[in-house]
Amino acid sequence: MIAIVDYGAGNLKSVEKAFDYLGANVVVTSEPEKVAAAGKIVLPGVGHFSALGALVNMGLREAVLHGARAGKPLLGICLGMQWLFEGSDEAPELVGAGIFAGRCRPFPSSVKSPHVGWNSLTIRGGSRLLRNVASESFVYFTHSFQAPMVSGTAAATEYGVPFSAVVEKENIFGVQFHPEKSWNVGLLMLRNFCELDS
Amino acid sequence: MLTKRIIACLDMDGGRVVKGVQFVNLRDAGDPAECAAAHARDGADEIVLLDITATSDKRKTMLDVVSRTARSLFVPITVGGGIRELSDAADVFEAGADKIAINSAAVKDPSLIEKIAARFGSQAVVVAIDARRVNNSSIKDGCEVFVAGGRTPAGRDAIQWAREAAARGAGEILLTSMDRDGTKSGFDCELTQRVADAVSIPVIASGGAGTPQHFIDVFRAGHADAALAASIFHFGLENIGQLKLQLRAANVPVRWPC
Repeated sequence: MIAIVDYGAGNLKSVEKAFDYLGANVVVTSEPEKVAAAGKIVLPGVGHFSALGALVNMGLREAVLHGARAGKPLLGICLGMQWLFEGSDEAPELVGAGIFAGRCRPFPSSVKSPHVGWNSLTIRGGSRLLRNVASESFVYFTHSFQAPMVSGTAAATEYGVPFSAVVEKENIFGVQFHPEKSWNVGLLMLRNFCELDS
Repeated sequence: MLTKRIIACLDMDGGRVVKGVQFVNLRDAGDPAECAAAHARDGADEIVLLDITATSDKRKTMLDVVSRTARSLFVPITVGGGIRELSDAADVFEAGADKIAINSAAVKDPSLIEKIAARFGSQAVVVAIDARRVNNSSIKDGCEVFVAGGRTPAGRDAIQWAREAAARGAGEILLTSMDRDGTKSGFDCELTQRVADAVSIPVIASGGAGTPQHFIDVFRAGHADAALAASIFHFGLENIGQLKLQLRAANVPVRWPC
């Protein structure tokens, strides 16, 4: 069972639909107990970084982190990926999971923000999430803040600056783009996630 | 590199596609779900479903059509037409849309942009602007916003309205030149460039696509981030993939292969 964590930020329908299409057993839930009971956890999210504050209020932060510490595969999407870092300048008071070092920052003023559309991935080898995904594949982004390049960066994208498009560390995965909206390339990544051992 | 997007628009009336393309290999060429899937397979970067009579007929968008179309479509899908309040938008998102497009309702009540953006994020809010060049001293930039499917002048300047929409939290502007719409004589590059340069959010150009060169022009001279067409296959091209190959040959960055 894959738990898609619903903390009230935006529209989770597309993420659920993609996992349904792949035949995965998913539940969209805002209950910490259901997150704790799941074999895998997906933390989606669109909108403002401050929305992630609801994770604490709803008791979900601990449930997600506990599952991650227990070795369950965790996939953060968009805001959910940014939360895996220490924080974001978008809502400085909010503490991220700190699994990856550094903070998310706005794009430089030399480019339009938000970064919307299909951009390419430069893939470093060895990623389990990106198994069989070709380097320079295109995926769909929509975001105003970007995560820094870190040792766990599995794929980088360039928009004004190079930033982390995919991060990966043992059982923890994060994607800045929307795999559920990235056509066959995105579905391949979600399938790779489904096929990981719980 | 961030690519220029090619967006296929399906104009719907009564839940059927009314304009556009004669696909081969479709059981039902008027079915939005089948048409959207065919466009996506051919390389469309996004799909827009527009219920073109929803506002004038006071009907709600066909939620079941949205749901059926979105079910197995793994590119972004935007739905417009008949969204008048936050609850309408919520219904459309619940049916599976990734973004909503609002036009008349946003002009009538601009705070609707803020309300939807606050709940679903700016990335989910596309403000559609139908603009026409006018000779009217009260419209200082010479391009006026029209509402209700282009039937009613709104008395507002298009560039100023685009700025306001962006400031209120719109994630993208879908700019349709009514002068060019349906003419196949090319996008209004000058208008597109003025709007694109006036806002920091992406601008989708619409209205007038007739040849691959028109797309090249609106990306280069018009500074558009994306271009939308409904009758996109009526150029003597077989599909969007062929359009993208021509764009690539002209050094316009596009998502290819898809």
